[in-house]
Amino acid sequence: MNDRIYPDEPASEFDEPPVEFEDREGRPIEIRPYDGDEDEMEALVEMYLEFDPADRAQGIPPGRENRIRSWLENILKGDCLNVIAWDGDQAAGHATLVPADEGAYELAIFVLQAYQQAGIGTRLIEGLLGYGRANDVKKVWLTVERWNRAAVSLYKKIGFETSDAESFELEMTLRLT
Amino acid sequence: MKILLGIGGSEDSIRALEQTVERALAAGDDLTVAIVENPNTDVSPDDIESQVRAVLDEADLGADIRHVDGDPGSRIVDIAEEEGFDQIALGGGETSPMGKINIGGIAEFVLLNSHVTVKLVR
Repeated sequence: MNDRIYPDEPASEFDEPPVEFEDREGRPIEIRPYDGDEDEMEALVEMYLEFDPADRAQGIPPGRENRIRSWLENILKGDCLNVIAWDGDQAAGHATLVPADEGAYELAIFVLQAYQQAGIGTRLIEGLLGYGRANDVKKVWLTVERWNRAAVSLYKKIGFETSDAESFELEMTLRLT
Repeated sequence: MKILLGIGGSEDSIRALEQTVERALAAGDDLTVAIVENPNTDVSPDDIESQVRAVLDEADLGADIRHVDGDPGSRIVDIAEEEGFDQIALGGGETSPMGKINIGGIAEFVLLNSHVTVKLVR
């Protein structure tokens, strides 16, 4: 899995968070990098406890609170890059880049069901990639279940290209620099 | 039960070996270990065999160990069907840095093609 193919050309510009906008339901949303604060971590735990298990992908987010906590501790620490979409104090969405191999980061994004189909996912992923580029991330990859057309078309719109279509999950890649 | 464990040297296949041996001891399973060549690992078949023997010795369990050439997925399915195995056991996937479970290529093939029950060990 280490010989991933990346697009030749870097992706377009992405605004660096913080970014504020109104979603399609008229809710004021702010996208900010995770600040390392306990309260923000707790808000994410709450979000994932509410998360519909039908939207889990390849085992994440985990279902039970202790597993949610250990998974979050793992992806919120160190060199991982995280952005959160806020509706006031409520975490509505979360996107993360986790260092994987040779300067490449694995990407995942989750939007709480009540906030889906409101344009938040696109802004969240753009915010994450803007944040990633500002932090010297060069290459990004992700896997997505091939039946998840909404997600696949979002990733394509952002600039991801399919790099491996031979497994159960599609692998897609994007170059930032 | 007559169990065929496929092992190609990936981390999840080693975990599957340990758990399948543990389960065989508890349940009195008749275990056969098929060592296959997984294109995604660098572990040699001989190294896999020594690991298999070490785990079996530790557990004091006897098992038939075979080296299987050719396409790993289709050979495992063939052997299981031709020799009347009750179950195929395989590693249930590796976890990415993100925590996502990725099922290996051999397991994908076996899941889709085997008429014998398949167990993915997590």
